[in-house]
Amino acid sequence: MSGKLFRNFSFLSATLSFFILVGIFAVLFTYAQDAMHEFGFDFLFNETWEADEDDEGGIFGGFIPIIGTLLSTLIAMLIATPLAMGISIFLTEIASETIAKPVSIAIELLAAIPSIIYGMWGLFYFAPIVHDIFGGNGVGLLTAGIVLAIMIIPFMAAITRDSMNTTPQVLKESAYAMGATKFEVIKDVVMPYAKGGIIGSIILALGRALGETMAVAFLIGSVMSLPGKITDPTTSIPVLLANNFAEAQDLEMSSMYFLALILFVVSFFIISIAKFYFLGKPVKVKK
Amino acid sequence: MTDNNLVLEIKDFSFTYASADAPSLKKINLPIEENKITAMIGPSGCGKSTLLRAMNRIHDLYPGNKYEGEINLYREAQEKENILHLKKENDFIKLRQEVGMIFQKPTPFPMSIFDNVAYGLKLAGLKNKTELKDRVEKALKDAAIWKETKDRLNQSALGMSGGQQQRLCIARAVALKPRVLLFDEPTSALDPISTGAIEELISEIKSEVSMVIVTHNMQQASRLSDYTAFMYLGDMVEYDKTENIFLNPKEKLTEEYITGRFG
Repeated sequence: MSGKLFRNFSFLSATLSFFILVGIFAVLFTYAQDAMHEFGFDFLFNETWEADEDDEGGIFGGFIPIIGTLLSTLIAMLIATPLAMGISIFLTEIASETIAKPVSIAIELLAAIPSIIYGMWGLFYFAPIVHDIFGGNGVGLLTAGIVLAIMIIPFMAAITRDSMNTTPQVLKESAYAMGATKFEVIKDVVMPYAKGGIIGSIILALGRALGETMAVAFLIGSVMSLPGKITDPTTSIPVLLANNFAEAQDLEMSSMYFLALILFVVSFFIISIAKFYFLGKPVKVKK
Repeated sequence: MTDNNLVLEIKDFSFTYASADAPSLKKINLPIEENKITAMIGPSGCGKSTLLRAMNRIHDLYPGNKYEGEINLYREAQEKENILHLKKENDFIKLRQEVGMIFQKPTPFPMSIFDNVAYGLKLAGLKNKTELKDRVEKALKDAAIWKETKDRLNQSALGMSGGQQQRLCIARAVALKPRVLLFDEPTSALDPISTGAIEELISEIKSEVSMVIVTHNMQQASRLSDYTAFMYLGDMVEYDKTENIFLNPKEKLTEEYITGRFG
C-alpha cells in the first residue's frame, strides 16, 4: 500500500515539470492570440512599439527587442567562448592541482552571484569604463554584452572543464608517447574528445544569455530604438517585458505575450538541442 | 653478449615517485638488445611498468619524480645518449619518436583510421600527401591490419573491435619507424584470439624494431621473448635468455615465481 503511494507520488513529481512546461506554453499561446491575429508574421519585422492614446490598441512590433536580444547575446558569446575554453584548458591540462582547485572554486562561486549584483556592478562600475574606452553613454549593447559574457563564462567553463576531464589519461599519454606537444594533445585529443560537452556548454550558455533579464535591464539602456553602433542603447525581449508589464493593457499585453512566446520557443529549442543532442552522448572509446 | 647490438642500456637506475619516500626501482641493470624481444615479468607492484615508462620518459608528464643512474639509448655508430639528461620538450618529442609505446588498453584517437596512423607522421613534420599515404599503407600492412581497414580508412577508429584497435595502435607506432617499442601489457584487455593476433604481429615486426614487453602472462613471455627479466619489489632479480629463465633459473625466487608458488 505505502509502496504504491510512494510510486504514485514520485510519478506525479516527475510528470509535474512536464505539465508545467506545457501549461506555460499554452498560456503564452492563448494570451498571444490577439497580437498574432492583429499583426501576424509582420510582428517579427516591425520596429514600432506604440500604444494609442486611449491605451485600447496601437501598433506593436518585436523587431527591436528581438534584434537587441540577438546582438547582446552574440557579443556575449563571442567574448565568453574563447575565454571559457582558455579557462578550462588551463584548469584541466596546464595548472597544477594546487592552483587548479582554488581557481575552480572561484569560478563556481562566480556562477552563484545573483544577476542583479552583476547588473549593479555593471552599471555603477563597469559602464563608466566602457564609456571611457569605447565612447557612447556607458549603457548600451556593448556593456550589456560584456557583462552577460562575464555571467556565462563560469557556467561554460565549468561544463567544458568537466567534459575535458573525462578524457582518459592513457589516451593523452599515448599522444605524448608519439611525440605530441602539450598544445597538440589539447588540440587533437582533448578537444575532439570533449567536443560534445563543449558544444553543449556553448548552447546552454546561449540559452541563459538569451533569457537574462535583470543584469541586462540595468545595462542595455532600455530604449526602443535600433542600435546604430555597438555602444548604442537598445532593448531586449526580457527587458521590454519586465519594464512594460505594469502598465500594458489589451493589445500591448497580448503583444508582450507574443514576444514571450518567441523567446520561450527559441530558448526551449536551444536547450533541447544542447541536452539531447550534445550533452547526452559523450564520445566513448570502446573497451 | 657484447655491447655491439645493444639499443638500450639501463645502468644502476633508481626511480622514486614524486609522492613516495622510498625508491620504487633500486639500482636496476638491464641491457635491451637490438631486434630482440625482451620480456619483463614479476608480480604486481614489482616495478616493471615503472621501468618501462622510464624508457621513454613518459613519467615526466607528472612532475617531481626522481631519477638516478643511466639509461643509454644507442644510435648508429655506437653513439649513445643518456636519456635521463634530457630536459627540453623538443628532446622528449625526439625520444618518444624513437622509443614508441603501446598501452594496456587500445587508445585510438577520436579521428579516422587513416588519421590515427598519419598522426605521428604529421607531428614529425611529414606533409607530402602521397608520402603520407604510402607510409600509412605500409604501416597498416606491417601491422597486418591492411585488409580489414583498406576500405574504411576514413571511418572513425572508435568503431573497430578491441583487437583491431590495438593493432591499429601498433601500426601507428610502427609508422614512425622507432628504434624501440615498449609494450605495457598489450593484450591484458583482449580476448584470446585477438591476443594471438597481437603476439603474431609482435614476432613479425621483430626484424624492424627492438621491443620490450611487460606482461603478467608467463606463457606469453616464454612464447614471445628472446630475453626475460624477472623483477621483484623494485629489484632486478634475474635476467637471462628466456629459455634459461624458464627452464633453468639461477635464483630461487625466479623459480618460485615461474612455477606459480607466489605472485
